[in-house]
Amino acid sequence: MSNNRGLDHDEKLLFEVGDISKTGVDLPDPENIKNMLGSSCSDTEIGLAGLSEPETLRHYVRLSRKNYSIDAGLYPLGSCTMKHNPRLNEKMARLEGFSEIHPLQPISTCQGALELIDLISTWLKELTGMAAITMTPKAGAQGELCGMMAIKQALIFKKESHRKVVLVPDSAHGTNPATAAFLGFDVRTIKSTQEGLIDFEDFKENIDEHFAGVMITNPNTCGLFESDIVKISELTHKSGGYLYCDGANFNAVVGKLKPGDLGIDAMHINLHKTFSTPHGGGGPGSGPVVFSKRLENFCPTPLVKKINGKYDLIENLDNKELSNSFGRLNVFHGQMGMFVRAMSYMLSHGSDGLRQVAEDAVLNANYLRESLSMHLTPAFQGYCMHEILFSDEFLNNTNVETLDFAKAMIDEGYHPMTIYFPLVIHGALLVEPTETESKQSLDHFIETLKSLVARVKNDSDSFKEAPIFTPIRRLDETQAARKPILRWREEVPAKA
Amino acid sequence: MADIFYTKDHEWIKVDNGEGVVGITAYASEQLGDIVFVELPQKGMSFDQGKDVAVIESVKAASEIYTPATGEILEINSSLEERPEVVNNDPLGSGWLYKMRVLKPEELKSLMSEEDYNKLIGAKS
Amino acid sequence: MRYLPLTNEDRKNMKEVIGITDVNQLFASVPNNVPLDPSFNLPDHKTEMEVGRILSQIAGKNINSNQVPFFLGAGAYKHHIPATVDHIIQRSEFLTSYTPYQPEISQGTLQYLFEFQTQVSLLTGMDVSNASMYDGSTASAEAVSMAKRITKRNKVILSPTLHPQYAEVIKTLISSSEDSVEYKFSECFEVDSLISKIDDDVSCVVVQNPDFFGECYSLENLSKYCQSKGALLIVVVNEVVSLGMMKSPGSMGADIVACEGQSLGNSLNFGGPYIGLMSTKDKFVRQLPGRIVGETNDVDGEKGFVLTLATREQHIRREKATSNICTNSGLCSLAFTIHLSLLGEKGFKKLSKLNHEAAIKLYSRLECLDGFEVINKTFFNEFTIKLPIDAETFVEKMASKGVLAGVPVSRLLNKKDNFLNLLVVASSEINLDSDRDEFIRLAKEVCYE
Repeated sequence: MSNNRGLDHDEKLLFEVGDISKTGVDLPDPENIKNMLGSSCSDTEIGLAGLSEPETLRHYVRLSRKNYSIDAGLYPLGSCTMKHNPRLNEKMARLEGFSEIHPLQPISTCQGALELIDLISTWLKELTGMAAITMTPKAGAQGELCGMMAIKQALIFKKESHRKVVLVPDSAHGTNPATAAFLGFDVRTIKSTQEGLIDFEDFKENIDEHFAGVMITNPNTCGLFESDIVKISELTHKSGGYLYCDGANFNAVVGKLKPGDLGIDAMHINLHKTFSTPHGGGGPGSGPVVFSKRLENFCPTPLVKKINGKYDLIENLDNKELSNSFGRLNVFHGQMGMFVRAMSYMLSHGSDGLRQVAEDAVLNANYLRESLSMHLTPAFQGYCMHEILFSDEFLNNTNVETLDFAKAMIDEGYHPMTIYFPLVIHGALLVEPTETESKQSLDHFIETLKSLVARVKNDSDSFKEAPIFTPIRRLDETQAARKPILRWREEVPAKA
Repeated sequence: MADIFYTKDHEWIKVDNGEGVVGITAYASEQLGDIVFVELPQKGMSFDQGKDVAVIESVKAASEIYTPATGEILEINSSLEERPEVVNNDPLGSGWLYKMRVLKPEELKSLMSEEDYNKLIGAKS
Repeated sequence: MRYLPLTNEDRKNMKEVIGITDVNQLFASVPNNVPLDPSFNLPDHKTEMEVGRILSQIAGKNINSNQVPFFLGAGAYKHHIPATVDHIIQRSEFLTSYTPYQPEISQGTLQYLFEFQTQVSLLTGMDVSNASMYDGSTASAEAVSMAKRITKRNKVILSPTLHPQYAEVIKTLISSSEDSVEYKFSECFEVDSLISKIDDDVSCVVVQNPDFFGECYSLENLSKYCQSKGALLIVVVNEVVSLGMMKSPGSMGADIVACEGQSLGNSLNFGGPYIGLMSTKDKFVRQLPGRIVGETNDVDGEKGFVLTLATREQHIRREKATSNICTNSGLCSLAFTIHLSLLGEKGFKKLSKLNHEAAIKLYSRLECLDGFEVINKTFFNEFTIKLPIDAETFVEKMASKGVLAGVPVSRLLNKKDNFLNLLVVASSEINLDSDRDEFIRLAKEVCYE
């Protein structure tokens, strides 16, 4: 018997199926002109395995079939907003006028590119009700870094660098305190209430003359809207600090309200979450950051401006528009390819469509909540926003843990929800359906989860064994970390 | 006769004649899960009490080890480099992390006894 | 609307199940002083046709590299990308999959990343690589952070011919630490002149090779000296195709290598998304930031792949994290690895030779031109010309005449002073003789009309 099983094909490593003598690209022959590399020239063998075109297709197609994807099924991943990735976005991004232009072409030859950046900037500022924006951060985490660097720069500018304390709720995603600590801030944790919201009294108590700012997520990681947010922002500003908002959950409120009206000073937006750009197996992302007037002078370089009907790119840190900028986060101008995709999505939905997105996202989540609340244990009472947080209480008196439950979902054809986050809830399960799931899809998901919960009491062993239907089963992550094998190496034949 | 003291961060120190052996408790080892890597301080370095001197990495977490007493590192358990799992298997014995010279024995008074430590972790379970 | 599957009937049924009549009841926790459903100064939804028209129109306002003879480089390069690459990356399972945190249903992604890590290690001559960073500039900055963590020293030396924007990024990223960064941009650079700056406080020396001007170096001397002083040598490579003809950074003694991988598999895209490559020696692997894929076995003993060494990442270390990165370039790394698999050893080396020869052909034509002096002693596919006129004016005029001629050095500098006449020109396998003819003909016109 081969290692294949029906449509499931085993596929070895590139270096095991390919060869250094093979190639799948026809290139003209070089003329063997005398080289001008000087002493750095070399012709040593690198060891790159190659494949012909048919073999290449087969290799990668077989690999692709070992992946789950949003096109194939629901990803109920909390705070990831795994919505449908429209194919129009892909077509637009591949227009040669966008994909085949170099970042350093003369400005007069890329006015369309700058117009696109200006257009998406305008849309994002309008949707968020904020004064300024930088499009340059390449991911949410970098957007967070950007927002906090602007805050740090603002404090330096005001000669208030003694303000070193940043408050972060205990429910925050780990990147929040990490970013603050990286920038030299002292991070203090603020408690959540029994209702899963920021404890305003604890927040107040932690404010002193060293207060630099607070990082919140809204809606928060428990899937709840921080109803004290305006009070929090007012107190923050009164106390001389800044409010950073992690915009990972923007999908719950886009088109329904303006984050600027909540009093935030900076917020990063994940184009690959709220604005449908594809996750691509881990990237590329894009994390533009919007700023209030209090922070607009501290943006990183570059900026796109429209002057007398023409677009200009302000890049040099010596330019007066950038005189208080904190610097440069990346080479060139940001993830243009993702801007085009997001713009195509925004134009398709329009502001009316985006409002519908938030409404359907929140409706879907609450429909799941209502249908599952007697089977799983919602962590908090009342309606949720676009995601529902469950605790592992429903697994009490079984020997099934959250991890086992998640692995059992895989056998049922679902990618598991986010697990063990946020840390404030024991064995957390965070579910976000997004607005692109149909009612039929949700109903099937509900029935599946109900049947899993029913099995938990009687058949817990099968949960420990799960998954059993995948080509690979549970992997030994301890071994991978203790004895890291991070690449293929040629096997040296044993000496006779 | 060696005395054993415990810290609130789940380190233990066994002191005998001015020399201390430091490790993590069974509770800590359990909380961390499978330990995959241990980063130890360098021999000869000196640290104040409470300073983070080592890191223990498991698959799901990485924990700082805060030295229970001020002093100089005399010896490190280099066998942990190849076999970090020893800390899981025997955290109180062969899973020791390092040996140190205790420079301020009066500091040990601020640490917990075995009884107090057990009360602390009892409260946590 | 076409991306919203819920029908009004569905919404009605679902509201009934929840027990509400108006969806705004679900937004009740929004404070009263925050306007719900505000008006936006934005248009309503548009059809696919309309969106296509709008964006095509905007795209049409750019002159793109397929339309005219093209000679720009300076950190982003135009190469031929085989049709297979773009086709594969658009497969649902690659395009629309999530980060491989559940390895049982992500072996496709994990395996190609493991292959990618192998390719990057081989190309750079190093032991291990991560699963990619955002781009070469942030990879370089992370390499500097890494060197600081390893050596516990506070001084960073950047070579004077490092890409100016890379230097800006490095300075910005480490500005929150107390470290000092030494960088004085210059076109004259002797590798060994850096040696005098290396003392016991230096954590790393960052050298770009080929450098911003295209000059190529042997770094063995420098690496030996760095080693003797306990400083790390970080080599930055902007054009990975150069690795097909040059000594690998690893073979020259690099400790950490940071590259821009855009040349393989990824179009110019006006600067992004690109792909940072980062590789190092085995002994530094636990200091390597970013995602890393490792091999292991499952419960049945089958070989498989997982994300590993993740506890360095910030979402787990939180305040104690060593890096801000918790993503990789996903699809861009897939495009890179497919392109390199299609090329293989033979194809990659051939591609490299063709690039070098394209540059030599342009160089030979320029040598015969009065007033145009190529300042390089050596080059791979990029060199710098000293023009008889201001370079920014030159490229504007060349563009208006239909050639995208290169990148003026002054474009990337704050203090332009002595660099006004310098133009960085890249060649690649896409350039035809007719492109070079146009360049020469129009260059003469522009300078001497």
